[in-house]
Amino acid sequence: MKNHVILRFVTKLLIPHILLYAFYVQWHGDFGPGGGFQAGVIFAAAIVLYGLIFGLQAAERAIRPGLVQSGVALGLLLYIGVGIASMLLGGEFLDYDALGHDGQHHGILLVETGVFITVASVMITVFYSFAELIRRQ
Amino acid sequence: MFEHLAPLQVVLPLLASPVCALIRHRRTVHMLTLLVTSLTFGISLMLSAQVAEGGVIAYALGGWAAPVGIEYRIDALTVLVLMIVSGIGAAVMWYSHESLDIEIPYDQYSRFHVMYLLSLSGLLGIVITGDLFNVFVFLEISALSSYVLISLGRDRRALAAAYQYLIMGTIGATFILIGIGLMYMMTGTLNMADMAVRLRGVAETRTVLAAFGFLTIGIGIKMALFPFHLWLPNAYTYAPSVVTAFLAGTATKVAVYVLLRFSLSVYGVEFSFERMPLSTVLMVLALVAMFSASLVAIFQQDVKRLLAYSSVAQIGYMVLGISFASVLGLTGGIVHMANHAVMKAMLFCALGCVVARIGSTHIDDMRGIGKDMPLTMGAFVVGGVGLIGVPGTAGFISKWYLVQAALAGGYWPIAALILASSLLAVVYVWRVVEVAWFEAPPPGRGKVREAPLSMLVPMWLLVVATVWFGVDGELTSGLARRAAEALLGSGGAA
Amino acid sequence: MTDVLGLFNYWIVIVLMMTGFYIVIARHNLIKKLIGLSVFQVSVFLLYITIGVIEGGTAPIVAEGYAVYSNPLPSVLILTAIVVGVATIAVGLALVVRIQEEYGTIEEDEIQAQDHKA
Repeated sequence: MKNHVILRFVTKLLIPHILLYAFYVQWHGDFGPGGGFQAGVIFAAAIVLYGLIFGLQAAERAIRPGLVQSGVALGLLLYIGVGIASMLLGGEFLDYDALGHDGQHHGILLVETGVFITVASVMITVFYSFAELIRRQ
Repeated sequence: MFEHLAPLQVVLPLLASPVCALIRHRRTVHMLTLLVTSLTFGISLMLSAQVAEGGVIAYALGGWAAPVGIEYRIDALTVLVLMIVSGIGAAVMWYSHESLDIEIPYDQYSRFHVMYLLSLSGLLGIVITGDLFNVFVFLEISALSSYVLISLGRDRRALAAAYQYLIMGTIGATFILIGIGLMYMMTGTLNMADMAVRLRGVAETRTVLAAFGFLTIGIGIKMALFPFHLWLPNAYTYAPSVVTAFLAGTATKVAVYVLLRFSLSVYGVEFSFERMPLSTVLMVLALVAMFSASLVAIFQQDVKRLLAYSSVAQIGYMVLGISFASVLGLTGGIVHMANHAVMKAMLFCALGCVVARIGSTHIDDMRGIGKDMPLTMGAFVVGGVGLIGVPGTAGFISKWYLVQAALAGGYWPIAALILASSLLAVVYVWRVVEVAWFEAPPPGRGKVREAPLSMLVPMWLLVVATVWFGVDGELTSGLARRAAEALLGSGGAA
Repeated sequence: MTDVLGLFNYWIVIVLMMTGFYIVIARHNLIKKLIGLSVFQVSVFLLYITIGVIEGGTAPIVAEGYAVYSNPLPSVLILTAIVVGVATIAVGLALVVRIQEEYGTIEEDEIQAQDHKA
């Protein structure tokens, strides 16, 4: 689809805004609708759009497949790490108050970041896997 | 650290799973999984010691006390199922070294361990939680990872079997979700203990009755209760041997646990068994399962499929015990849950040894293998004898309780039916034993060595456990009786 | 009459649920079965969200001057359930791709015919 000027132009305009919107949804999850899952999916949608218009190789150069495959595990590790940290600091598992002053705020932000990394990585990995199959055929 | 054992039970395998996904080195992943599963079993033993001296453990996650927050609630039934699930998870992982090299494709090795740990933590989470929606989430975690585990089988029919299990399992889980939603609508809480209290006011409404129906059907699909058992034979037959051994000992037993929790701890025994016809329905379905599945098992050509249908019949025994709704009946059902898990895992481990040596579990290929692999087939004989219920094995203890419960409840014909279906088990076990020990090996098969030691030792540990639970029945049945009494005493809608 | 129209959401839930369930059972194409499963799950989400709305309540964010808030819990439950649904469909589609590679078809009756011949 690289040859369609309108598609290329509009995509180049839109992708930064989509990415920014994903981060907006991520950080405003405790004041409005949003949070990790929604933000991760919007982020992945931007990458998928890029891959559809400019080709799979361009997308894979931007976000490497190895990076997203480890992203899947890293986000989950961040989430569980927050839980274990609160256990080690004296509270229950996932007790954000144990994370210090303003612990609720920090705790939920860290946890949502973990969710964001995992969800975005999973969605991009799924896209890459299915696209690789089509390219192989 | 010891007051945080409850979440650690679930978090430890859940933590090890992404670590295994990051590490690609085969030996490291396997060693890590061995370590984690053994530690998980150790944690369940420590939890059972804590419950034995302290009573029910309630752990509030995140510091939010119930009913606002999610709490983990551990009582006698919980520790029994925790010990079974983590014990079989550890035993099968110790057994699996050679079997994985043979049956899992090379590049899927670390992925297998990731899914195994996820499935284990999901199953443990279902058992340990005291919050309804948490049950659904962990149910789906364990289910999705077992779909992937089953699809790793060598035969291409493993893929179709995993897909069929996915469709049926998701329908079951969605039914459970509908039931949970309707219950939340009527009571306003998701905590099991709190819901039991709040149900007293609303027990007569149609919503609660519909929710009960949805929950029972959904759990029945997950439990492979007749007639929802269609996914089980294909899934068990075509999955890798290690996966079958693990799932056969854990997945359906955890679903039986969920049935016990919902019908007894949340709804209460008067509502479930007297106002609703759950007793009759479960009794009829269990009897049909016991007979029809045993009959179908007799005519199977593949021994793995034979054992899969035998599993459906044994789940019938467990459900029959539950349907009596008495202390004896519940004890029998719960004890059979424990005994069957150990026996079936051991039987499928024996078949895994056979596959490791001759590559097939077709009954014609297994002719004369008893002489070449005496230890493996010896374990199979002990397991088969346990399925029949011969005194001295664990199966006898559970059948004893079931017959006693039937007689105490006045159901004389059912006691006779229990004994009659055990005769059917004799037929299908004898079929395999006869072919393995008394027929000549097929021409063209060379000398078959005994299974490797790394597979024999964990399998024979399970054999020892079977015999030990049969001789000293007090270990499992004492815990089961306390669990049964606690279950019958609790519960809301009166 | 208001009973029927006021419960409009619940009628939609039932229609979607039965449609999804019918598709899962009656269609032989593996991908159509997954679509039916997805429709079935969506109806359950709609059921949960409908429970959460309280008449006269505002969005569940603490603000000055409001006393009645809608229940935020069902929305959060459904978020989790949506994620579970997405994961299920992803695993299902991956299985369908593998089945297509191994069998050459994604029609359930053709797959069963190939298995029975073998």
